Amino acid sequence: MFEKVLTANIEHPDSHKLSFYEKNGGYSAFRRVIKNMSPDDVIDVVKRSNLRGRGGAGFPTGVKWGFVPKSNEKPHYLLVNADESEPGTFKDRLLMDENPHIVLEGTMIGACAIGCNVAYFYIRGEFVKEAKIIETAIGELYSKGLLGKNILGSGYNLDVYVHRGAGAYICGEETGLIESLEGKRGWPRIKPPFPAIEGFLRCPTIVNNVETLACVPLIIERGSDWFKSIGPEMGPGPKLFCLSGHLNNPGVFELPMGVNLRELIYEHGSGIKNGKKLKAVIPGGSSVPVLSAEETDVNMDFESLAAVGTMLGSAGTIVMDEDTCMVDALLNITHFYRHESCGQCTPCREGTNWAERILKKILSGHAEMKDIDLLEEVADHINFRTICPLGDAAAMPIQSFVKKFRHEFEAYITKDVKVGQPA
Amino acid sequence: MSVKFSDKAMREYQDLVLRYPEKKAALLMVAHLAQREFGWISRDVMEYIGELLEIPFSEVYDTITFYTMFKQKPMGRYHLQVCRTLSCKLTGAGDIFHHLEEKLGIKDGEVTLDGKFSLLKVECLGSCGTGPVVQINDDYHENLSIERLDKILSELK
Repeated sequence: MFEKVLTANIEHPDSHKLSFYEKNGGYSAFRRVIKNMSPDDVIDVVKRSNLRGRGGAGFPTGVKWGFVPKSNEKPHYLLVNADESEPGTFKDRLLMDENPHIVLEGTMIGACAIGCNVAYFYIRGEFVKEAKIIETAIGELYSKGLLGKNILGSGYNLDVYVHRGAGAYICGEETGLIESLEGKRGWPRIKPPFPAIEGFLRCPTIVNNVETLACVPLIIERGSDWFKSIGPEMGPGPKLFCLSGHLNNPGVFELPMGVNLRELIYEHGSGIKNGKKLKAVIPGGSSVPVLSAEETDVNMDFESLAAVGTMLGSAGTIVMDEDTCMVDALLNITHFYRHESCGQCTPCREGTNWAERILKKILSGHAEMKDIDLLEEVADHINFRTICPLGDAAAMPIQSFVKKFRHEFEAYITKDVKVGQPA
Repeated sequence: MSVKFSDKAMREYQDLVLRYPEKKAALLMVAHLAQREFGWISRDVMEYIGELLEIPFSEVYDTITFYTMFKQKPMGRYHLQVCRTLSCKLTGAGDIFHHLEEKLGIKDGEVTLDGKFSLLKVECLGSCGTGPVVQINDDYHENLSIERLDKILSELK
């Protein structure tokens, strides 16, 4: 029986409080780290756990931490990425609402590991409530001497500050986030240099997702072997899956990495609303390639999803029933990426506009067959041709929707359907 | 019109800038504070922020205009932001938005004549499992039906 660890006590009304968290064993991992573990010990345990980032890219967390230079010529920074904005994703918000201290404990352990004395908690601007909860939780830590100067007599100093975004999806991209934190527009940077070498104010910087950091205290407490025993060994752990769309029981579900997508939809999500049939699923947030209903017998982990040509991404699983018009759904997604494109790279800025216009033309019934080819061509010219992955994020839905549901696009041209009706 | 923080806001400002190694890094947080203080971010407010943070107006303008949450014109006392992105769309955000347009007699981006309400379609609010969602000022209202939304609006003074 799988034991929930990230969301174990969230039903309790005091789950967000320090006293409750400590009573249930909270901050014992941090105490152990600060008293008995060197930064290399911490990085080693996290490396051996095979923890992969939960924000979308899935990069191994311990390896990332290991990139930070050992010297202290410049200050090091840890930035918590709480800019949760990928459509279909709402798990970090749950953690911040109901279990903020597990995220902060992970932040503090991460800070020890990379030798930083200041961490910023970058929260998307719309999450006003979550910013207040984190502020309050940080205040509790200062008053108990767990943050500030000479923490627990160790000689180690750490300050954590909340920093609010202001409405820009692109700031979830780590270099966009860094630019935003510097008081600029969130224009992603060309890598290299990678943030671990030159990040915030050109200093070594690590950016980690909220859920990633929440896994860290558990790894320290229970060991990397425990973590690796949950799900596939090369990308294991407890995982928060976000279910939304046409489901009877949408929500956030903590399950072992690698749960079967059908089990996720039909058991945890209680199946499709109104007794309808399933048409399509986007498994990892709106940017990843869509799966048709026939392709859903797949495990929800990094490698299994890659094997069927899609990605785990942020585990934002969007479910669409048989009545969904796939052209209209793609227009919705494409509009999102057009709106959120930062405008820096021409292929993304222009391509997303072209794609949206072509989709509107198809829906209006005035398109020709060659417009579908043009749409694919535009997407192909965005993909891999931009500084940051927003371009790919815009292109992948277009490519996969057209490939798998081409007949629906064609039906608008052969006039078999009216606008908004499913093909 | 010259703008100036109240004493309370000035104390908050002074606390904020201390959190960053460089003053400019406080820009987003100071702009949030300014928006709370003045209601929206006018050109005068941008100039004031520039003076405080010792950065040119052009840099303040460049940043402020990039972020959708910073209002560059006065909006309603109750600012209704309707999420339009996929999960909310699948659960009925379109109907919610059209209902608000009709009920309030305004379109996307507009303010009612009495200044009470403004309406805006926004991108994913990160509340996809509880759509449709409308953010009214700072607060999320989730799992909305037209009836529930009407009730919430009728309780706003």
